[in-house]
Amino acid sequence: MAKTESTLKNMVLTLLVITGVAGASLGSMYELTKEPIAAAKLAKQQAAIKEVVPEFNNNPGEEVYEAQSKEGFTLKFFPAKKDNQLVGTAIETMTNTGFGGDVKIMVGLKPDGSIINYQVLEHKETPGLGTKMDVWFKTDKDNQSIVGKNPAKNNLTVSKDGGEVDAITAATISSRAFLDAVRVAYETYNQNNPAVEKGGKDESVE
Amino acid sequence: MRKEEKMNQWSNFSKGFFKENAVFTLLLGMCPTLGVTSSASNGLGMGLATTFVLVMSNLVIALIKNLIPDKVRIPAFIVVIATFVTIVEMTMQAYVPALFDSLGLFIPLIVVNCLVLGRAEAFASKNNLVSSIIDGLGMGLGFAMALTILGSVRELLGSGKLFGIVIYPEDYGMLVFVLAPGAFIALGYLIAFINRVKKTA
Repeated sequence: MAKTESTLKNMVLTLLVITGVAGASLGSMYELTKEPIAAAKLAKQQAAIKEVVPEFNNNPGEEVYEAQSKEGFTLKFFPAKKDNQLVGTAIETMTNTGFGGDVKIMVGLKPDGSIINYQVLEHKETPGLGTKMDVWFKTDKDNQSIVGKNPAKNNLTVSKDGGEVDAITAATISSRAFLDAVRVAYETYNQNNPAVEKGGKDESVE
Repeated sequence: MRKEEKMNQWSNFSKGFFKENAVFTLLLGMCPTLGVTSSASNGLGMGLATTFVLVMSNLVIALIKNLIPDKVRIPAFIVVIATFVTIVEMTMQAYVPALFDSLGLFIPLIVVNCLVLGRAEAFASKNNLVSSIIDGLGMGLGFAMALTILGSVRELLGSGKLFGIVIYPEDYGMLVFVLAPGAFIALGYLIAFINRVKKTA
């Protein structure tokens, strides 16, 4: 087969055909993977909810409600109930102050506002440093852990900023972002649940 | 005759591992090499993703090489490569979300990996289909091997783990190896070592 010559007509035509074929194949690939991607995201969300709240027997995904934070982020609240009694709320929260942009986490709050557990959903932090946030803040070592703390009573900022949480080694910015996302969750939660008061009556801080 | 051809294809395949290894000898594709190799499994994942793109783009380019006018070959190659990269990205996101979480950021960068474009330009556009596929496979697996070695060294020295398995407590790890400078240091020593081995061999 002879080599196609580099005339204008040939060049335009070849590029047109190549980009057309590429576009078409990507379009069909997108259609093909759309559902599995959505399913994978949903499965991750469900797993994250299970991780951050105590045992429940309702479907938090169905009772989800949304609220705007002061900063303009849209937060999702998944109330977890056992026998119609609220045992905790999984909050999908975020911040845009991460080292690599947005940080999305799921944090579980008890009805009194203390932190049950958390799960990191999405971030673009540095691998090996900021990415450690997925376990760092629930490791019970020195002042790393935020589990069981209540943002109303505890100053949940990094020790460099006068708070009481140890930042991830060499990833202070990521740590700040993480704690900021927790703060956003707590504040928005309080705004939308005025009945829930700071500290609460039941002393369930572990 | 037949046998000779077989031998040629074998050396065509194996050159990617040692003689013309993309990372250790040609120093191509440094961006993903230094960027993703903070752990062995990241290195392996990135290497295999690149291998797939390399084989597929070599295949397509070997097929259409005569149809593409010379003056527009580079944009044409890039479109082909970018298409396969996006396919890899979407497939990964759909079926291996865990790997996508750790590599997601770097997958689009395969497009600008000079290794892929380099093989398209230097090999696939001049050779037949079978040789091009074998070349892509050898180069890609050689790249994956280099990334896995570098990732293992960095993970072991930096965080005391190997493929996520704890070898010694993380507190004794040298943090610098997880960071970017550690990537340069580890890569430098590895290249020196490989060169030494090559000289004596």
